[in-house]
Amino acid sequence: MASLRTTSRLLASSRSLFRPATFARSYATVESGSEPAPQIKKFQVYRWNPDAPSEKPKMQTYELDLKKTGPMMLDALIRIKNEIDPTLTFRRSCREGICGSCAMNIDGVNTLACLCRIPTDTTKESRIYPLPHTYVVKDLVPDLTQFYKQYKSIKPYLQRDTKTEDGLENRQSPEDRKKLDGLYECILCACCSTSCPSYWWNSEEYLGPAILLQSYRWLADSRDQKTAERKHAIDNSMSVYRCHTILNCTRTCPKGLNPARAISEIKKMMAAH
Amino acid sequence: MLSQKVAQQSLRRLAVQQPYAMRWTLMNAASPAAVAMGRNVQMIQTRFAATNTKTSDPTKILAEQRLRRPVAPHLTIYRPQITWLMSGLNRITGLMLSGPLYLFATAYLAAPLFGWHLESASLAAAFAALPLAAQLSFKTFFALPFTYHSFNGLRHLMWDAGRGITNKQVIQTGWAVVGVSVVSALWLAFL
Repeated sequence: MASLRTTSRLLASSRSLFRPATFARSYATVESGSEPAPQIKKFQVYRWNPDAPSEKPKMQTYELDLKKTGPMMLDALIRIKNEIDPTLTFRRSCREGICGSCAMNIDGVNTLACLCRIPTDTTKESRIYPLPHTYVVKDLVPDLTQFYKQYKSIKPYLQRDTKTEDGLENRQSPEDRKKLDGLYECILCACCSTSCPSYWWNSEEYLGPAILLQSYRWLADSRDQKTAERKHAIDNSMSVYRCHTILNCTRTCPKGLNPARAISEIKKMMAAH
Repeated sequence: MLSQKVAQQSLRRLAVQQPYAMRWTLMNAASPAAVAMGRNVQMIQTRFAATNTKTSDPTKILAEQRLRRPVAPHLTIYRPQITWLMSGLNRITGLMLSGPLYLFATAYLAAPLFGWHLESASLAAAFAALPLAAQLSFKTFFALPFTYHSFNGLRHLMWDAGRGITNKQVIQTGWAVVGVSVVSALWLAFL
């Protein structure tokens, strides 16, 4: 790992050596003699404060100079919080699309703020909302209790009755392992579930794309021995079949996964059952 | 021995009356750091105070907040995309086809009772009496939902077979269905 890191660092540095100076990004903190013309963009952000619950949620406008802001929406939000309005509340952690904390609705589409570039068109304002049809804890923070409860309900762990032959490892052929590609990468950011109109109206009982993708991840796992029980648990009119193949889930997934196909595979498995 | 029993009993009573305070006393008393620092003596002294103060239940704050939380905006703010718009249209066109069918079938059934003339011959005569523009728009009004719902139904059948579920394919087949259904609806209208 260490050797790998050094080579990548070497590569990166050599690349910047050959890159013309004009392409080098100027950072916000660097002071330069000739200040570039400011590129002001408006951000409209959803605000609601639980300490003043009688006040209606409102949109608040912030203005930022894009020349002094990082490239991503999360950079803009962090800059607003640091420099303009410390009361603005949002979740964030890894800033590289692996934790799923900063999932929100940006310009009408659910995505991770850290993976979403700020549109450079300054004539249009960007609108930032919490994940659609979620209960709002504060500002851009949604209540995902129900989402996590549903995740727990599908028993997202390996279930086996028998021990393995060598008693050490649950082995899997490369072909079987390949069936889990596109499933295990899900970070449970809830972007897909909260983009699904069917989940908006039926989130009490319908599991939603993210949880069904996880459900299929365990149904498709050759090492799991409770496939029949797993299928039986979701064999009702609500858990799976509220999916009407609207396909907003696949369209919006910030990780490029395909929950709609996973649900389709579940439906096929249930039909063959 | 007796003092131990008394202490045990009072702890039990405390557990029943003030479960929260009980959790805190146990947590503090069990802390090895507190014992090591000689704070266990202090703990015993402050325990009784702890049972009387702090009566506000932190889980209550959460429950109260949950009652008041607004629902984040959804349908009105989501970007119009071919995926969910066509899905919605599929449902609306289905209603546009089945609703009038049920209405007409019921009216046809009740026609003899009320003396209405809904036979094919009289309907055809009434339709022929309409101006051409009205005829065309009437036919398009029913032809477009019919063609759209039929062709989009094929797309749904394809998805149920697990085919064509990628972003690119969904967008391509979506626009294809829109094009084909508009053209075929106009063809039906001019028939």
